[in-house]
Amino acid sequence: MTDKLKIAVFKMTGCAGCQMELLRLEEELPLVLEIAEIQYFVMAKRENLEGPYDVSFVEGSISTPRELKELKDLRERSKIVVAFGDCACHGCVPSILNWVPPDVSGKTVYENFEAIHSKKESYQKICPLDEFVFIDIHLRGCPPHKNMILEVLRSIALGAKPFLRRHPVCVECKLRENVCILTFEKRPCMGPVTAAGCEAICPTANRECEGCYGPMSDANASSLAQQFLKIGLTRSDITRKFRKYAGITQAFAGEAGEQ
Amino acid sequence: MSKDREIQVGYIARVEGQGSLEIRVSSGNIEELRLDIFEPPKFFEAFLIGRHCNEVHELTSRICGICPVPHQITALRAIENALGIDVSEQTRDLRKLMNYGSHIQSHILNLYFLAAPDYLGYESIFTMAKEHLAIVKRALKLKKLGNDLVELVGARAIHPTSAVVSGFTKIPDREDMESMRERLVDAKQDAYDTVEFFSSLKIPEFVRRSEHVALSTSEEFAINEGLLVSTEGMRIEEDKYREYIKESQVDYSWAKHSQVVGRGSFLVGPLARVNLNFDRLSDDARKLAKEVGFEVPNFNPFMSHIARTLEVVNAIDDCIKIIERIPLREEDRSYEVRSGTGFAVTEAPRGILYHSYEVGDDGSVKKADIVTPTAQNARNIENDLRELVPAMADLTDEEATLRCEMLVRAYDPCISCSVHYVNLDRSRVR
Repeated sequence: MTDKLKIAVFKMTGCAGCQMELLRLEEELPLVLEIAEIQYFVMAKRENLEGPYDVSFVEGSISTPRELKELKDLRERSKIVVAFGDCACHGCVPSILNWVPPDVSGKTVYENFEAIHSKKESYQKICPLDEFVFIDIHLRGCPPHKNMILEVLRSIALGAKPFLRRHPVCVECKLRENVCILTFEKRPCMGPVTAAGCEAICPTANRECEGCYGPMSDANASSLAQQFLKIGLTRSDITRKFRKYAGITQAFAGEAGEQ
Repeated sequence: MSKDREIQVGYIARVEGQGSLEIRVSSGNIEELRLDIFEPPKFFEAFLIGRHCNEVHELTSRICGICPVPHQITALRAIENALGIDVSEQTRDLRKLMNYGSHIQSHILNLYFLAAPDYLGYESIFTMAKEHLAIVKRALKLKKLGNDLVELVGARAIHPTSAVVSGFTKIPDREDMESMRERLVDAKQDAYDTVEFFSSLKIPEFVRRSEHVALSTSEEFAINEGLLVSTEGMRIEEDKYREYIKESQVDYSWAKHSQVVGRGSFLVGPLARVNLNFDRLSDDARKLAKEVGFEVPNFNPFMSHIARTLEVVNAIDDCIKIIERIPLREEDRSYEVRSGTGFAVTEAPRGILYHSYEVGDDGSVKKADIVTPTAQNARNIENDLRELVPAMADLTDEEATLRCEMLVRAYDPCISCSVHYVNLDRSRVR
């Protein structure tokens, strides 16, 4: 390949876990560097180029005016923008903040919130990227499994559309021949409404899926909530379940409650 | 130093998170010096209120993608302390394996990906790989080992899932554990080479005595529990943390600054751990330290890198020992929820991490308090820079800027972590 893919990696409001998953391509990294040139990645590089880029991976959600400006700006400089991980796609765990009134989160959190806030603004609210700019690829997961990152890189290099699953975790769970913990053990598993891609890590480790890949396509959240009531969860247990990784999405809004 | 100088780094590269550095020297006096954390605050302690105590570790894991494991273990231990749960020896050992795996991958990331390019004259490991492929491959192999160890015990490398209140949902298979043991034994040579390689680099000579704080126990190298001890004689239980360490807000940064009451800023991390627990490092780690001329106590913060390499050797040795003794049996994980307050301190790769929670009768969180290693180091980094900057009069502005960045990278700051901690008292909400 003569022209290498020009890649950029940006970080917004997130934990760096998605960037860490990208760096977890330990065996594949030398191969990735054969087809791609990393032009912007502040966590890993000192000389970062302005672009334009072929692909920008954007980790994190938008929670400050500074980030919003950067997002709009990088969109202009990127052919493909990938919402990289659950924060970028659905707000993830930090989006639980959206149910906390700003005066509670800000003023009681820092003893003199105004003093910092006058210099450094924060919306005190978490927004996924596609509220502001067009997103070409949603790479779901907290973090997205490294095989999905490879799938995206490979597809872009080939000029194809990446195959990213929106069927439920249940499909992968069956492929791993797990006994259903929701049906047989009456444990509150989010698998039936959660997008696949993780290879059913949690049920395979005898733990309920918590929904860290966000909603599958056409997720029937209210039906699963009914099941949860039947197996003994309270209404507030259910709200907590849905108000965790993707409570601010339309698919889960009915169960996660009004913001 | 008579020179005027401005050092500005708008977005510090090769550290985790978003921070900048601003230093202004006028007629030899430092007029301004700021490590500015502009990473957005995420208010974790605010939204943890009302969540269930059995999900706190899963949520706080998302504070940091580099050190999710210590966040999980600290949260689990604090919650267990609140509920009065005593976990088994096996659970304690599995958690040690997990945290050691986390230390290995994080240390290797800092050493080879973030720091080494400065010393070898590259802008990143990606350009370094073109001429030093063997070194980079060694880094990738060791990093993978750490990640795979976390995955084996915790079911996922980043944000593990099987560690829960009172134990693990799944105990690893003996066979998988045995092949991990073999890989650890094999990795010893790479770990030795890592110590030797970093010891051969030209580490800046810069000594500033500051208080070093770490966990310590008499029996073993402490990473998940112990007393808090310091080079200035501190010796306290983890639940007394807040009595001895105070925080204050600085207007230019989303991270608060920590100080030891009545003394001042302090250093946490690998150098503090090795200084305070040197005789509890494994035999091989101590032998290597002697071979490369590393003596304790060492107060050169740049030497944190050498401490990191010694800790990688120690981690491998300890993990092998744990795997040889661990029974790997299914255990009863049942417990009862009750109200209470719990505290815990563990060692994250970059230093001590403090969590405390107040839990109500129904198991919901009433109060949360988290102090991360980078928040504790922030003031000490600034104090180091105050001495380092005047000592660099003979360097060009470009060299001086790089030297300041190298100091910051020696602390391996995790900026995402540093902006989350806040002290939220339920009584002040509504």
